[in-house]
Amino acid sequence: MNAIEIRKLSKAFGATQALKEINLSVREGELFGLIGPDGAGKTTLIRILATLMLADSGEATVLGHEVVKQYRKIRKILGYMPGRFSLYYDLSVQENIELFATLFGTSLAENYDLVKGIYAQIEPFKHRKAGALSGGMKQKLALSCALIHRPEILFLDEPTTGVDAVSRREFWDMLDSLKAHGITMLVSTPYMDEASRCERVALMQEGQVMQVDTPENLIKAFPRPLWEVKAADTYGLLQTLRAFPSRHSVHAFGDAVHYTDQDPELDPAKMKAHLMEQGLSAVEIQPIRANIEDCFMALMEQQPLHQPM
Amino acid sequence: MMEYSIQAQELTKTFGDFTAVDKITFSVSKGEIFGFLGANGAGKTTAIRMLCGLLRPSGGTAEIAGYDVYRQTEDIKRHIGYMSQKFSLYEDLTVAENIYFYGGIYGLKRKLIREKTAELLARLGLEEVKDQLIKSLPLGWKQKLAFSTAILHDPSIVFLDEPTGGVDPITRRQFWDLIYTAARAGTTVFVTTHYMDEAEYCDRVSIMVDGRIEAMGTPPELKAQFAAQDMDEVFVKLARPVAQ
Repeated sequence: MNAIEIRKLSKAFGATQALKEINLSVREGELFGLIGPDGAGKTTLIRILATLMLADSGEATVLGHEVVKQYRKIRKILGYMPGRFSLYYDLSVQENIELFATLFGTSLAENYDLVKGIYAQIEPFKHRKAGALSGGMKQKLALSCALIHRPEILFLDEPTTGVDAVSRREFWDMLDSLKAHGITMLVSTPYMDEASRCERVALMQEGQVMQVDTPENLIKAFPRPLWEVKAADTYGLLQTLRAFPSRHSVHAFGDAVHYTDQDPELDPAKMKAHLMEQGLSAVEIQPIRANIEDCFMALMEQQPLHQPM
Repeated sequence: MMEYSIQAQELTKTFGDFTAVDKITFSVSKGEIFGFLGANGAGKTTAIRMLCGLLRPSGGTAEIAGYDVYRQTEDIKRHIGYMSQKFSLYEDLTVAENIYFYGGIYGLKRKLIREKTAELLARLGLEEVKDQLIKSLPLGWKQKLAFSTAILHDPSIVFLDEPTGGVDPITRRQFWDLIYTAARAGTTVFVTTHYMDEAEYCDRVSIMVDGRIEAMGTPPELKAQFAAQDMDEVFVKLARPVAQ
């Protein structure tokens, strides 16, 4: 049995089609990522699965339970960390966790082994009000509260949005440690680089799933040779490559440009000579492996949606 | 002589016995793209609020576009643009109404607003949606439009607080094209981001840790200084000792 089974799920808000006939399966025990920008439909999908919203059409089950008819069963075995911090600001760390434990008829002591790795980090501040915690500590408290009733499945809606690069990494380390407990995890994120922390991912855009696979397979399926090009003047390089007649895609990536050509047999030496003729200096060009962001952009370009500019 | 858009000397802000911003000193040249990085809670937002004339410093000095952050806060507000991820445009106004509203706020003449609106809509390819409500537009479009309205009054400096958070990767890059264009036209850009690849697009970057600027330089300088492959590694090396 799959942990999550989604068939032809659709949801509209007025004229906006938030989900368009989504099909998706998440395996038991899997750390599964919903990767996509705002407006991709990640939150809507999670809310429907969490039994907090009704779909317009289609079906979904969570651990075999149907999301509409059997919502009570799902709520007992589900841990949910919403995108917005949803704990009680005026309660202390300890009061928050005790409240959540009591709601589920359990206690912190009973489940301490499961939350220990995370909760121990905020325990020294257990008398501090949740509203006075730093962003990273709030996250740890929210995750502890979502775990306190030993859920079989955990939904995390953009847990790392607006979080700095270091804290993001630490949050994923915490999720890794939860995998050992066999909990299925569905995590959404707009940060493409976090895909590599998941076992499988769905790349989503404007209410559709563009592709589902392991990060490794997505990268292998990148359709063309990819070149990393550098020059002293990165912006000049970007402009020059964009004017290249045989270009296929040109994207800035930090201090380099990722380039694909219509010609799969592109000669890098010729390319370099051409760029230097155009007045660019310190030109370097080498073949590289695509990353998930390259894959995402390639898919967006294959299935062009209404992009202005 | 170098023309500066921002000059801060030992700028400080304390809240009770907590020092949010601790004697930061830096300058930003006209037309420069300056990346203002730091972990959550490092003091970036407090610093930006002082630089925008919204929060009175506890100590130190700063001049923004030549205006003093203590005495000339109204002049500062007139000469800067501001956009953030959280608030940018009015959702219940149309695209054209938002542009008109911002033009009006900054006291632009009607004729100029009309000209600028037409030019802006054409440049962003938004002519067909000009009468649609902002809330009906995808986030990426909104953010590009928000940036363009933030510089509608040709400010000397524009402050961008996480402008690309949650934006898709293609639109995120188009957004940076807008930044480059504005900077090349002489607008100083002061930007915060959690995307470390975007730190590489800045002319110079500062990294705040616990209220202080712990590192500042061009991305190549910082990578050399911290023996790092990329800005992500620089950031991790600096922020790790204080990370929760």
